[in-house]
Amino acid sequence: MGPNLLANYGEAVSAILFCIGFTNLLLQNNLIKKIIGLNIMDSAIYLFLAEKGYIAGRLAPIVVDSVTSVDTYINPIPSGLVLTGIVVSVSVSALMLSLTIRLYTRYHTLNLDEISMQLKKEGR
Amino acid sequence: MSKKRSQEEYQKTFSFRFFRWFNGEKDPYLGEVEMHPQEEYQLDPQAALRYEKEHDAILDKVYDLERNKTMQLFHKLYHATSILFCLFLIALLLVTISYLPATGTIDRPVNNEVAKRYIENGLEETGAVNIVAGMILDYRAFDTLGESHVLFVATVTVLILLRLNKTQKSDAEINDRRFEPKNDTILQLVATFLVPIIIIFGIYIILNGHLGPGGGFSGGAVIGAGLVLYLNAFGFAKTERFFTEKTYKWVCFFSLSFYCLAKSYSFYTGANQLHSVIPKGTPGAILSSGLILPLNIAVGLVVACTIYAFYAMFRKGGF
Amino acid sequence: MTAFQIILMGFLIICAISVSFSKNLLNSILIYMSFSLIMSILWVCLESPDLAITEAAVGAGITSVLFFVTLKKIHAIEGSESEKKEAKENE
Repeated sequence: MGPNLLANYGEAVSAILFCIGFTNLLLQNNLIKKIIGLNIMDSAIYLFLAEKGYIAGRLAPIVVDSVTSVDTYINPIPSGLVLTGIVVSVSVSALMLSLTIRLYTRYHTLNLDEISMQLKKEGR
Repeated sequence: MSKKRSQEEYQKTFSFRFFRWFNGEKDPYLGEVEMHPQEEYQLDPQAALRYEKEHDAILDKVYDLERNKTMQLFHKLYHATSILFCLFLIALLLVTISYLPATGTIDRPVNNEVAKRYIENGLEETGAVNIVAGMILDYRAFDTLGESHVLFVATVTVLILLRLNKTQKSDAEINDRRFEPKNDTILQLVATFLVPIIIIFGIYIILNGHLGPGGGFSGGAVIGAGLVLYLNAFGFAKTERFFTEKTYKWVCFFSLSFYCLAKSYSFYTGANQLHSVIPKGTPGAILSSGLILPLNIAVGLVVACTIYAFYAMFRKGGF
Repeated sequence: MTAFQIILMGFLIICAISVSFSKNLLNSILIYMSFSLIMSILWVCLESPDLAITEAAVGAGITSVLFFVTLKKIHAIEGSESEKKEAKENE
């Protein structure tokens, strides 16, 4: 183990959240819970990125009194990247939910095992 | 004197047939041997039913988790393996994280010269007080253009997946509100008060995107939420007066193409060292920071329309 | 601020675990909604208000609304198909 595990508690939490979301993705049979797991994984990645740009004791990247020195503000790049990611994740989850609705209208269940069983019975 | 034979007679002679066969012009069996095209194999319908039943029974036995021991074992093994894998992944990530530089300190590889440039020259070069807005709509505007197109493409895909035709749509609309109180007075009264406030707040967020936290994405989402509340309170008949498929099409088209043209202009002037005619204004004023304010408005329109479109398509399969 | 952040992160982990253990789909979506709200408070602590306002509007608002509409569309709010059958048989 390295020296910085306790100092990096935010990143550690994001790693744990990522693995919880991944476990959801592997073990849940319900499609909606799988989608929630994927969203949790998204949030964990954003938390990791934002923790990377955070610098203790500095202000948010909004210029106050036209002070433009590097020592005043935190790193704005991760914020911009995460802003893009949050909006894209909404469209991804909307797409997956519409696929879920289509699956439900076809097979009348949300359970992935039952769906694959019906698929095998149909001989595909 | 030789007898002149007719064509028909000549064709019947052996030599004619032999030479024709020898030259490969005619299949000798054609017309001589009885040939039937093969019939398609058809199962006896009763036997077919029986086979199908047996097939189903076998499948039921195979996928019956309570009886099939191997399947049960496989499921247990799968669960155990996935939990073990996730624990291993957590351990691996935690060990990696423990070697990273500590959070909150300055000497991390993320805080490099790019961030320095954005902070030191951002106000001067873009005119935006909010450095993040200046970054995503000026330095990295191409990225944001792609993101707006992602939203548009997602709407189109959801439309393809959930679209219903006209009769189905009216059926869906009737079924949709069957178990809900129609024209709920409390909801309508609350909505008349809240919807204007929500939409004005969204417009405020969009217009102040370069002055404070906010911008096109969050403001557009707030406006979209207001539209969704209005739709829930008053039904589709009222929203369709001002928002149809045509509105969505034209708003998205104009916003995205305006974004393209505006950024093309600034890329062109930047690449050719020309002076841009768009004024930067004084930082802090509402009409400042060049192209960022109109670009925020364009992105906000796209996001608001997209969110309303998602909701309407999920509800009744169309706008 | 550090203690506050640690408490919020503990809430995040509790929410993420309880999503997978709740029986009702509506409950798990509500828990996910609170997960997003806690996340948006955490963005404020990490000095990125842009992200906080976007997450509060998009993550907690729009995504949950889409989940609710999906549940309504697949009639899961009133109970699943098997539960309905059982209710009918009991009548």
